Amino acid sequence: MTQRISLSVNGRVQTIDADPDMPLLYALRNDLGLSNPHFGCGLAQCGACTVHIDGEPVRSCVTPVSAADGVQITTLAGLGTPEKPHPVQKAYVDEQVPQCGYCVNGWIMTAAAFLKKTPKPTDGQIREALSGLKCRCGTHLAILRAVKRAAAIG
Amino acid sequence: MNAINLSLSRRQLLQSTGALIVTTAAPVEALAQLAGSAVPAGKPPLHPTELDSWVAVGADGNVTAFFGKMDMGQGVDVAIGQIVADELDVPYGRVTVVMGDSGLTCNQGGASGSTGIQTGANALRNASAEARRLLLEQAAQRLGVPAEQCQVADGVITGGGKRVTYAELIGGKYFQHKLEWNNQWGNPLNVTGKAKPKSPDQYKVVGQSIPRNDVAGKVYGTDDFVTDISVPGMLHGRVIRPETAGAVPVSVDESSIREFKGARVVRKGDFIGVVAEKEWDAIQAAEKLKITWSNAPSIFPDQPSIYDHIRKAPVARHTVEANVGDVDAAFAGGARIVEAEYEWPFQSHACMGPACAVVDARPGEATVWTGSQKPHFVGQGVAKILDLPADKVRAIWIMGPGSYGRNDSGDAAHDAAVMSQAVGRPVRVQGARHEGHGWDPKGPASVHRGRAAIDAQGNVVAYEFMSKGFSRIDMATNESNPSDTLAGMLVGFPNATQHGFGVPAESYAFATKRTGWETIAPLLTKASPLRTGHLRDPVGPQIHFASESFIDEIATAVGADPVEFRLRHVKDPRDIEVIKATAEKAAWKAGPAGTRRTASGDTLAGRGFAYSTRNGTVVAVVCDVEVNRRTGAVWARRFVVGHDCGIIVNPAALRLCIEGNVVQAVSRALWEEVTFDNKSVTSNDWLSYPILDMTEAPESVECVLINRPAMNPRGAGEPSTRPMAGAVANAIFEATGVRIRRAPFTPDRVKAALA
Ligand code: FES
Ligand code: FES
Repeated sequence: MTQRISLSVNGRVQTIDADPDMPLLYALRNDLGLSNPHFGCGLAQCGACTVHIDGEPVRSCVTPVSAADGVQITTLAGLGTPEKPHPVQKAYVDEQVPQCGYCVNGWIMTAAAFLKKTPKPTDGQIREALSGLKCRCGTHLAILRAVKRAAAIG
Repeated sequence: MNAINLSLSRRQLLQSTGALIVTTAAPVEALAQLAGSAVPAGKPPLHPTELDSWVAVGADGNVTAFFGKMDMGQGVDVAIGQIVADELDVPYGRVTVVMGDSGLTCNQGGASGSTGIQTGANALRNASAEARRLLLEQAAQRLGVPAEQCQVADGVITGGGKRVTYAELIGGKYFQHKLEWNNQWGNPLNVTGKAKPKSPDQYKVVGQSIPRNDVAGKVYGTDDFVTDISVPGMLHGRVIRPETAGAVPVSVDESSIREFKGARVVRKGDFIGVVAEKEWDAIQAAEKLKITWSNAPSIFPDQPSIYDHIRKAPVARHTVEANVGDVDAAFAGGARIVEAEYEWPFQSHACMGPACAVVDARPGEATVWTGSQKPHFVGQGVAKILDLPADKVRAIWIMGPGSYGRNDSGDAAHDAAVMSQAVGRPVRVQGARHEGHGWDPKGPASVHRGRAAIDAQGNVVAYEFMSKGFSRIDMATNESNPSDTLAGMLVGFPNATQHGFGVPAESYAFATKRTGWETIAPLLTKASPLRTGHLRDPVGPQIHFASESFIDEIATAVGADPVEFRLRHVKDPRDIEVIKATAEKAAWKAGPAGTRRTASGDTLAGRGFAYSTRNGTVVAVVCDVEVNRRTGAVWARRFVVGHDCGIIVNPAALRLCIEGNVVQAVSRALWEEVTFDNKSVTSNDWLSYPILDMTEAPESVECVLINRPAMNPRGAGEPSTRPMAGAVANAIFEATGVRIRRAPFTPDRVKAALA
């Protein structure tokens, strides 16, 4: 049965009626029309669906929407804009990272949270921190350059 | 070119087409409005012979180019914009490239065979040159100065102290001018006018590293993917695939999904799917729907025996492509024979997301939103499955979750079409992860055999290379026939397997030489999860893994340095130059096998070489690997890639394109293998079908770009995928002294080989 759930996304609060077990991903994409998190696997294996919940990267494809009631959710568009980019976004543009770009959301959201905790990471730390993400187009090297660049400008 | 404009135009186009069904001409007006260029009605029909089908000049002087291919994130559209800007003498920033929409662009074949620039640019180049010629002619008249005495710069024509702009001459109006068309559709489509395109020494924009248009929209999350398309009245659909390949639904209990709002079953022939108002309901309904499936025999062989199956299976097609000299006599007379066999598994496109499509099928017409890299052909297929005339279906390409050939996106479009027609509403389909991995068309599994005869002096007197495997075109290269899609086969378009494979692409001139291939029948002809088709650089990685490993094996047998041995036999001067430049850049240390090997602790390091060509592009590579002798893990650490694709249009984009090729090719070489049991595919997610992760990414990919301004551009989207597996295998051999002849080179396999 549905439940009333209030979602605070990018600073804006909206209320939806939804199956509490429905993954947050579908609430964001379909109920709120926020399509930054993508469906990649639905299995917490790729990262395409990542959002921040209270600043932590979370895989929305396996997070029940009921668990998101009352927390602060941030999506890629909430992370930064062309006018006020997050350093990782700026670095992504500078390095021209994406090919298809379907993975970008997961990498940027995960890297942004990682750099907050580890502002001056080594190459090994970056690789380890991002090891749970997939990029099928193989943009790995450009991603590494961008994260290092973001750390430098961050 | 303005990135925002392009993404805006896409979005607004979508809005304009999403809200209502439009005739194919109307969106052009929408587009023109959007560019601020009041293009009047009366546009000539979209046809290759019409100049207006290729370029338009708006009232503001901005240029729109209509490109019948698309870009998957490698900047082909930027390169096209650069070429158009140069031919028309307008600043690059004033060119917008519209692509991949069958209502706005001629069918140039979509992305196909790395031809985006190689052949895709020809029509745009010629059309732009012709447009410039016409404008110059008009200006000469207007200014009263002979055309030869006029100059063009930045869209302004000057002569005799006077000036007139493109905008003043044609802005917002149509050229209404005919071109010669070669009567071909798809990749070979070309048009010509009276104008002669510029010679490369006149290029100003071509050769510059201009950034892409789509990066910001992806990075800030403002652009749509095909998965984000939503049209009014749209339902969410899911297709249900059987657990045992080949099983078909016998009966369905529709009451099993009654709890989901608006959920309905769609059955047509052996196709079965569900639709619901909400996506989450459609997903759950697809899981809950009670279906009784037919008792299909468990048809697939045991996975470990797949290569035996290939060896033993009757040959469906046998083709000899090269046959130089009396090969058999030379083998008979050889002092010794070098011989080896290599094996390559089925591989999956495994795109970042399962394919998605939205189809709005109405009486007499339909609109398709697809991530397929060949949208025009998808539109043709959808027209057939809906029984509509081809020109009543408009297919609009929107970036999908990756595309590396004939993936699952055309299937999704046909699935959505069948369901939309059945329910009379637009339907969006996206599969689950296990459908993407499990049911996409696969790169074919194969075995390869190299044989060489060596005389007493160590010369190669005979060389033979044969491949045997599943066809690369069991599924055709595009989706223009429903019989090449799952939905098509399920609703009753029987598939007729086409047969094709390939031979090594190189210029080794051995005294005698034979290369060829054999294909075998598919394991299951109808709607198979192991149906085979084009996966990036179709059959290139497997053939050249084997052939370039084998070249190294011959070099080892005769005690030669692998690079020197190749140079001894390679005949094409461009190949020679690329090989030399690559070896030099990498500071290749010449000597027989074992010369480039080091060991420290558990780490064995070695370096390998490989080279190949692809439709006029030459790639050579030096690869450094580290092998952990305890775990068997291979790190393909450093690459030096020599690359000659003729004239380089955009060097920065080319480097990024090569990097992506290398990483994906290394992933395929080290990790990727579709697994299956007797019933179906079992590699259904990222755990069972691992790809290269960030900890395993190379440390560096250094490119040696050889620019040939006098030579037409060749392709770059795939050629550097081709020799990578061979180079890695050769490097593993150098590091360990052990030859790995079966891909992928997983830790288990390497460890076992080292034991
Ligand atoms: S879609 Fe959530 S991790 Fe893949
Ligand atoms: S850019 Fe395509 S999956 Fe990463």
